[in-house]
Amino acid sequence: MPGAGGRMAAGGFITDDGRRALRSLLPPFVYAVFLMAIPLATVVVVSFQIRGAGAGEWLDGALPGPVATALRVMVLLYAVTLPLAFGLIARRGGAGRIFRFLLVAAPLWVAALWLSWSYLATLGFGFGNYVSVFTDPINIRGAVRGGSWIPGLLPRSLFVSVSVTAATVILAYPIAYFISFRVAPENKSLWIFLITIPFWTSYLIRIFLWKVILGYSGVVNTALTGLGIIDEPLTFILYNVNAVIITLAHAYAPFAILPIYVALEKIDRSLKEASRDLGEDRLTTFLRVTLPLSVPGIVAAVLIVFIPTIGDYVTPELVGGSGGLLIANRIQSLFLQVNDPGLGSALSIVTMAAVGIVSLLFIFALRRWLRRA
Amino acid sequence: MKFPALRIYAIIYLVFLFAPILLLPVFAFNEGKIIAFPLTGFSTRWFEALWTRPALHSAVQSSLLIAVLTSIFATVFGIFAARGGALADYPFKGSMIGFIMLPLVLPEIILAVALLVLVTKVLGLAPNLYTIVLAHTLMCTPYATSILNGAFANLDQSFEEAAMDLGESRWSAFRLVTLPLVMPGIVSAMLIAFIISLDEFIVAFFLSGNVTTLPVYIYGLRRQSDQLPIIMALGTILVALSIVLLIAAEYLRRRGLRRAGLEDSGGFL
Repeated sequence: MPGAGGRMAAGGFITDDGRRALRSLLPPFVYAVFLMAIPLATVVVVSFQIRGAGAGEWLDGALPGPVATALRVMVLLYAVTLPLAFGLIARRGGAGRIFRFLLVAAPLWVAALWLSWSYLATLGFGFGNYVSVFTDPINIRGAVRGGSWIPGLLPRSLFVSVSVTAATVILAYPIAYFISFRVAPENKSLWIFLITIPFWTSYLIRIFLWKVILGYSGVVNTALTGLGIIDEPLTFILYNVNAVIITLAHAYAPFAILPIYVALEKIDRSLKEASRDLGEDRLTTFLRVTLPLSVPGIVAAVLIVFIPTIGDYVTPELVGGSGGLLIANRIQSLFLQVNDPGLGSALSIVTMAAVGIVSLLFIFALRRWLRRA
Repeated sequence: MKFPALRIYAIIYLVFLFAPILLLPVFAFNEGKIIAFPLTGFSTRWFEALWTRPALHSAVQSSLLIAVLTSIFATVFGIFAARGGALADYPFKGSMIGFIMLPLVLPEIILAVALLVLVTKVLGLAPNLYTIVLAHTLMCTPYATSILNGAFANLDQSFEEAAMDLGESRWSAFRLVTLPLVMPGIVSAMLIAFIISLDEFIVAFFLSGNVTTLPVYIYGLRRQSDQLPIIMALGTILVALSIVLLIAAEYLRRRGLRRAGLEDSGGFL
């Protein structure tokens, strides 16, 4: 009934059109729940298994029988309850809100708790993995080796990610500004297209090429020695943190440019004119009008670069050298080489938490600064 | 010209962005075994060497299969998500869409770890080709959704309603009216999902098991410096393929916007 849309359905808190929207959004949402929320919850459970449990047999699938059954039952429970619960939400009228909420939440909680309990009861529950994360020097604490301080992998990864983010966003801002304010409107989408092309071309190949460009006898060094600018090839640009930062800043460039560009496009052009008419020069107009108005784009750019860069283990491995390895490499080797899923899971959770905290601190600090300004 | 400095900076930045892919064919067609200047002469022998590797061929086959399946599934989910997003509001709609788009910003290592746990511990399966498809579908859905959002966003709801007033069912109204209007967006979303899946390494490596996808194969060659020219040749083909598909996707996206009578508001993402 097309005309019925927009009116509140009897007894419901959702309109007919809203219900259609919900029905349409359900399949991708349920899929994301299955392949993202449930796996992440399982990682949390695995991180609390007793230190060393399940190691060694991780990839052979040789799980204790009851645990495996419990895990499969959980998936089945989720499979039945989730669509059912959402179906009930989408239905006209019916039970009250609290009842509906219980229908959505209760089976999930029961399933999750029962599963976690039976899984951990078999393998043993403990905080050993987290203790190991926080006490083992390699992860967070760092150590003194050969007279010099070697920081832990997590602080170093956060530092690299912050540097990559700063470099990417600061380099990207003028480009976004240029496209938004200097390029003729009919050429804008061509520029945006040009900027996204490198991003869509093979990621591994690009890393290999940075190796070639930055290497000892690479493009940069042969060009610079050929021009007589330097005598000795530069060695500080490959197999260390600098190379990781350059490669990642290249890889995430469009992610930084596009949100800033979108924010700049939204700025009313007459505001700039008004500022100029009121006697501000070009620089103060930028600082007091354009820059503050583009802050939402900057925030989006920072987050969309900062959060994913922490999860890259290929760039550090290929261009970072022995000293350039980061937290993602450690997690990768814990799962695929060392066979210690418990510790790997705990480290993943702690990494996610650290990334979340740094992001929140950034947003909080920015907000305070904006309020003061 | 108000700010020539800005224009010069933009050009330098483009050089930085394009340096790797412009150097790629240079080294792929270079005769010498060592990837460095000066070049030693033109040769297609690295491309010919590609034909003599059965392991590479099976990697290409599995990657193509994964990419095709992924592009279909991700686009179907993208259609659902974008259509739902364009329809009326309801409580928690924003958070549901946010959740669907979340894989875009989730660190890939976390996603890889979580999916490995799901596949091996929860489902009790050995990782295989289809687990990669599951994962890639999750990762490509946000991209497909954001492309299709453009196609669905300003599509006039009254078109479908008019068709239904004229006697079509809801499904046939969607199929006969909406679908043709968003078709360029659909093809564009499929192409983008295909490119991402073909290129994805971090998650595929965790979930590959015995299957070797193309990026996993390339990664396997990383320590063999004598294989580097062959990687360059392979990369040249891949980059050329990506660019052709991209141009096709961009052309279709723009045509779709024009068909729906919309202003172009920029590229993907």
